[in-house]
Amino acid sequence: MRKFALTAIAAAFAVTAFTGGAAKAAGDAPVPEAQDWSWQGLFGTYDRAQLQRGFQVYKNICAGCHSLRFIAFRNLEGIGFNEDQIKAIAAEYDIEDGPNDDGDMFTRPGLASDYFPSPFPNEKAAAAANGGAIPPDLSLMNKARVGGPDYVFGLLTGYEEEAPEGFDLADGKYYNHYFPGHQISMAPPLYDEAVEYTDGTPMTLEQHARDVTAFLNWTAQPELEARKALGMKVILFLLVLTAMLYAVKRKIWRDVEH
Amino acid sequence: MSAPQWNNKVVKWVDDRLPVISMLHHSAYEYPTPKNLSYMWNFGSLAGFVLVTMILTGIFLVMNYTPHTDMAFESVERIMRDVNYGWLIRYIHMNGASMFFIVVFIHIFRGLYYGSYKAPREMLWWIGILILLAMMATAFMGYVLPWGQMSFWGATVITNLFSAFPIIGDPLVTWLWGGFSVDNPTLNRFFSLHYLMPFVILGLVVLHVWALHTVRSNNPTGVEIKTPADAIPFHPYYTIKDLYGIGVFLIFFSVFVFFAPDFLGHPDNYIPANPLVTPPHIVPEWYFLPFYAILRSIDFTIFGIPAKLLGVLAMFASIVILFVIPWLDTSKVRSSKFRPVYKWFFWLFVIDTFILGYCGAKAPDDYFLGIPGLKVIVMGQLSTLYYFAHFLVVMPLVGKMERTKPLPASISESVMKEGANA
Amino acid sequence: MSQTVHSSGEHQPDENRRDFLTLATTAVGAVGVGCALLPFVDSMNPSKDVLALASVEVNLANIPVGQAIKVMWRGKPVFIRHRTEREINEAEDVALNELVDPQTDDARVEKKEWLVVVGVCTHLGCIPMGTATGETRGDYDGWYCPCHGSHYDTSGRIRRGPAPLNLVVPEYEFLTDTSVRIG
Repeated sequence: MRKFALTAIAAAFAVTAFTGGAAKAAGDAPVPEAQDWSWQGLFGTYDRAQLQRGFQVYKNICAGCHSLRFIAFRNLEGIGFNEDQIKAIAAEYDIEDGPNDDGDMFTRPGLASDYFPSPFPNEKAAAAANGGAIPPDLSLMNKARVGGPDYVFGLLTGYEEEAPEGFDLADGKYYNHYFPGHQISMAPPLYDEAVEYTDGTPMTLEQHARDVTAFLNWTAQPELEARKALGMKVILFLLVLTAMLYAVKRKIWRDVEH
Repeated sequence: MSAPQWNNKVVKWVDDRLPVISMLHHSAYEYPTPKNLSYMWNFGSLAGFVLVTMILTGIFLVMNYTPHTDMAFESVERIMRDVNYGWLIRYIHMNGASMFFIVVFIHIFRGLYYGSYKAPREMLWWIGILILLAMMATAFMGYVLPWGQMSFWGATVITNLFSAFPIIGDPLVTWLWGGFSVDNPTLNRFFSLHYLMPFVILGLVVLHVWALHTVRSNNPTGVEIKTPADAIPFHPYYTIKDLYGIGVFLIFFSVFVFFAPDFLGHPDNYIPANPLVTPPHIVPEWYFLPFYAILRSIDFTIFGIPAKLLGVLAMFASIVILFVIPWLDTSKVRSSKFRPVYKWFFWLFVIDTFILGYCGAKAPDDYFLGIPGLKVIVMGQLSTLYYFAHFLVVMPLVGKMERTKPLPASISESVMKEGANA
Repeated sequence: MSQTVHSSGEHQPDENRRDFLTLATTAVGAVGVGCALLPFVDSMNPSKDVLALASVEVNLANIPVGQAIKVMWRGKPVFIRHRTEREINEAEDVALNELVDPQTDDARVEKKEWLVVVGVCTHLGCIPMGTATGETRGDYDGWYCPCHGSHYDTSGRIRRGPAPLNLVVPEYEFLTDTSVRIG
């Protein structure tokens, strides 16, 4: 009996691990190398300084082509900016609003409640400006790719100057080691000292990639820290409650032969 | 088992007019339950618990969800980011679907192992299969609601299954869609039905429990309750045992919700639906993978019936066949504990479903477990063959030929024997 | 099970222990159920995006003396009236004992020339008339609610009709001389 129960539970674990893994392993691009991220593990949290550097990279580089439509300026509180800093950042952006009393659209400086504006007015414009490839929105990028942050980091650092011999690289495409099919429309976006850090962090391509990947992980999972903290509490509570329920069960069943 | 006398006047007043309290007392308190049930019998009440959890979280999600193609994805992200504890409620609901299937699959395998489908429990078993079917429909339609890439393409592929039927196929699919592709009308009706179905399931669960309490629980020996000494009242013995089971289950559930909420999902569903781009690998949620493998493994024509239709028929048949196993199983003994030969076939069947699940997750031309020469499609075909052979050949034949171990005279006797051995 | 044999001597204290254990477990379980329900209740409170829009900034530069505008704030209209000298005097010269809901005009404005009130009748929630030029302002030059005939004065105070209270003054502050943040 007990054996059956154990087998069944093991099977439940196995099936989840097995099929999850199987689904994830699909794809013909190389599997990106696993990186160490500060938010991994049971107690991992975001590194605010890193998120802010990553934001700087996004703002100065990625934002030229990629939108971040699920993030409002007010959300930047989550990476450690205070209200005044957020207002200042928001005010740097022009937000289209309206219509005004004359029925016209107008632009005004951004407010904390505004969302990051898209660099292109619509998808067609985005495609037209980028040789037909629409730069995807980055808000959920780390959740929307197999491999998550490891993939995003791998992609940003995985450009190669020359395609391997015999590889037929189309015009206007770039060779990327980790991109499925290896032909990517995005030119290598990062380079050493692409962004000026003020906190003494080395300004290498790899560091920029690492920081912006961390920032994008935050945009994809802003609830991560709250989730894990609550999870610890919930599981500790459940362990206590379940132990107590087990004790009560033993007591109640004590006199029953079963 | 006469109706209890109520001392409390209010209770008595109500009960004299509508005997709900007597009914509850009868079915949740004094209901005589075999005293030898193992933890495998926890999964029924557990499934009920998950159903309630799903309905509760679902109701609160709907308060913030918008079933429109332009806003569905956004509204889900708003739940995740802006609604207080929205991420928690959504992750519970999302992972709860997987938990529901884990629990129900174990519940079904338990029924198969201990022969719980055999007379007089056929109706009980049938209602259980109806619940499974309703769950699958609900899960499928629910998966469409976030309107991600997998939502959209999953809906497209699965609804297209119905186009396999001759003559009525195409108009049927157009009818299902409410248009000429999966679009806003489809999303709207799926949302409507996804909200309705859980309550249908709830109704079926009531019937399931009713049937159960009529024929009584099976137990690990498969020997019916014969004397009062074989049974104990449901409360407090099984209420506490079920609660303990819920505690253990919640820990397992919490690990996913809080520490790996997207582990069971597919990354593509965080990309908004795009009718112009199909994801390179369309895979259903893990709980559909074995059925998906059966569907795909039919790539040949028999008697002029096209492969597409055969695949669809095979997939439906893989569940429908469960309805007739009370008659396919010819054994006089219920529990596999006393069936030394069938027991092996049972575990083979379990492994077979796992292999089918693996095949469903892989592309047909991949190699099975990386073994050169062994294509996933071939392995899927062999597993499909065994899946049906298990019910159609193994069950009738082994039941006839097997020499079963001697059964205990009663539940009480079996318990005493085990006690002596321990 | 191993512990089926118990001497009758230790049975009594054991019974008590079981009662305590059951009670404690019930209590812990009840706390758990309570805590589990809290997120659901909280999910019905205003969400973060709703709260982010809970204040609006209004530019007053374009409102001539004697006119009023309506702006939306938290899903309700707010009336902002640029009051004339005469209207200010009217509002200030009323004796408190004449009022249904006694309040001085001073207590209801930050700057005398600007009156900011939530434009919802305190009777049953209709929107009073009198903001747009040409609409009736009722018998006291303020607002008039057409639903059940409540008259408000130039300070938004109830003067006649079924409404029990003055129009509500929202929380607001002047950011500059010509811009105000409500909420």
